[in-house]
Amino acid sequence: MGYLLSKDQFGEAMRQLGNTYRIFAPVRKKGEGRFKGVDVVRYDFVSDASEIELTVESDYAFKEFMLPLSETLFFFTENQVKEADIDERPVIVFLRSCDMHAVKRLDHMYLENGSEEDWFYRRRRDLVKFVLIGCSKSFDDCFCVDMGTNRTEDGYVFSVDESEGMFRCDTPDPAFAEAFAKAGGTEADVEPWCVTENQKAVTVPEDIPLSIYSDELWDEYTKRCVNCGRCTIVCPTCTCYTMQDVFYTDNGKVGERRRVGGSCMIDGYTDVAGGGQYRKTNGERMRFKVLHKIHDFRARTGYDMCVGCGRCDMVCPEYISFSNIINKVADAAGKEAGDDK
Amino acid sequence: MTLDINVKKLKKNAFRQSKVRGETASRVRCPGGEIDVDSLQRVVDIARKYGKGMVNITNRQGFEIPGIDLADLEEVNKALQLIIENRNVNQEEYNGGYPASGTRNVVACPGKQLCPFGCYDTKKFAQEIDKAIFPNDHHVKIAFTGCSNDCAHVRLNDFGILGQTEPQYDKDRCIGCEQCVKYCKKRSVGALEIVNGKIERDTNKCVGCGVCVIYCPTRAWTRSEEDYFRMVLLGRTGKKNPRLAEDFMKWADHDTIKKVICNVYAYLDEYMDRAAVESKEHIGYIVDRTGFEEFLKYIMKDVTPNPECEIQGRIYWGGKRYDQSNELRQSMFRFSEREE
Ligand code: SF4
Ligand code: SF4
Ligand code: SF4
Repeated sequence: MGYLLSKDQFGEAMRQLGNTYRIFAPVRKKGEGRFKGVDVVRYDFVSDASEIELTVESDYAFKEFMLPLSETLFFFTENQVKEADIDERPVIVFLRSCDMHAVKRLDHMYLENGSEEDWFYRRRRDLVKFVLIGCSKSFDDCFCVDMGTNRTEDGYVFSVDESEGMFRCDTPDPAFAEAFAKAGGTEADVEPWCVTENQKAVTVPEDIPLSIYSDELWDEYTKRCVNCGRCTIVCPTCTCYTMQDVFYTDNGKVGERRRVGGSCMIDGYTDVAGGGQYRKTNGERMRFKVLHKIHDFRARTGYDMCVGCGRCDMVCPEYISFSNIINKVADAAGKEAGDDK
Repeated sequence: MTLDINVKKLKKNAFRQSKVRGETASRVRCPGGEIDVDSLQRVVDIARKYGKGMVNITNRQGFEIPGIDLADLEEVNKALQLIIENRNVNQEEYNGGYPASGTRNVVACPGKQLCPFGCYDTKKFAQEIDKAIFPNDHHVKIAFTGCSNDCAHVRLNDFGILGQTEPQYDKDRCIGCEQCVKYCKKRSVGALEIVNGKIERDTNKCVGCGVCVIYCPTRAWTRSEEDYFRMVLLGRTGKKNPRLAEDFMKWADHDTIKKVICNVYAYLDEYMDRAAVESKEHIGYIVDRTGFEEFLKYIMKDVTPNPECEIQGRIYWGGKRYDQSNELRQSMFRFSEREE
């Protein structure tokens, strides 16, 4: 079941949903990119459907609602603690198929990894419903097909494909379908668009020999990578954070604990008491990141962490391609296997 | 053939007097240092047909075609027509070449069109100013550069314009990685500090270079929508007192900058020494005569600076006064007398 709608009708449906839900979606921020006159597409709350950027892939990922870049978790004073309030109205999050698959990874890390759920993640996660943005074409850096994330069959309340001012929406959730009917949409059978081919092909190696740790392929990245952390900040599946305990200076006994985004690529990530640092070189950090995304996580869960959205390749200021590194690792692993025979 | 050439007219028409008797060089004006390929091809054609097959690239981003026979002036001017039109340079007489050469080509670094650090469209602004002030015989040098790096060396000009952005901070996007702090210190002036996990900017120290915006990985820092400019005044090279231009305004907007520059011509009409050699005088020496107050009165005429704009009321220039002393500060011996 689904609907075909004009731009105005789609806008009307979103207005109706907006009475109940806040809409968190990719938005084009004019001139807010790194350079003068360059836009950035990142997530934000929108008040009108026309603000939603449906034609390009966002530079930053949807995870910023569940995992804000900076979030005060609680306030403390002497022996009392109070959790920070959040806006408890429900939220619909617009995302693409690769990102839908990323939700499962985030949930695993915050809800299933260890004996306790992360309460602060849970309270935000419970507010969220997802809207699938169909992909009419693959973007330059996408490799979702080889990562098996190009198709999404469920988990969304409705989908949206936009082409020349016409909107196609699949509406599996009857509670949401109502808004489309009311807005005057025409009933139709809609299957969300998805790509079946990318320009970029990757081969994820089944097994990676231990010798990869000392392979010289990482040395190149010690020289090229500038450890800015962009690749991880934009990644829909990177989940690392760090804590800031802040004491209000006038008093010194009152303060707040903040959770802020962390990155295995940025200085300080592996610093330990006494001044030690486990992974000093950028090549070592790259190795850790890559193997976590395409091997170590799978060893525990059965599926890869990387979903192939390609944002890391899109955003790297040094033109480092993560997808090419996957292929280099596959080559190195293949050679190793060949040597054994 | 005996030559009877009005050299003053020749120079005004943007031809240089060559040391080779009977020859000249054509000076091609490219406002903002920009040239389209058709014009560039025409420069080549002129150099091949009328010159010696060589072209000089000038310090002020133009071309100079040497080795032209003084008998060919009219033909060369006709050939220049395409360039003058393509470069949108004001002209007085069709096929008459460049109508003036006193006010020099307006220089611009690549700016935001190409350079990651560029805070505004330097070329566009340079061309807009050229349109507003050219042709004019007064000797005025103006240059535009995209950021505080000053790659265009605007501090050697009468009017130097440097782009500024006012960094906007969204603390909710800041993860406290301190890359902005590090790069502001390493590549700029060190105006940032981390306090309780968030960044504080010393607004007085900040030069508006935008380095923090470029290095912030989260878009916590972004640029102001408005372009701002620093204007520096009356720098120069030369024999008597070479010196760098000094700050006059910061955080000025586009209109303020444009008006101030255009205003200088009335001042020059009034106070230029008509008896100056080749009617050419650096503005700074005129200001020495009239006093800065008088200069200020003219350049600020009908200017209402934007509210953010900060203006310096008094300016002191440095540089060496060769008319007073040609001594080196420390040198007490001649190289040839140095002990073995
Ligand atoms: S790979 Fe690129 S984006 Fe990632 S930390 Fe290195 S330089 Fe930054
Ligand atoms: S604009 Fe430049 S000087 Fe100002 S805070 Fe940013 S990096 Fe520092
Ligand atoms: S670079 Fe950006 S995220 Fe990092 S401390 Fe500065 S403002 Fe915050």
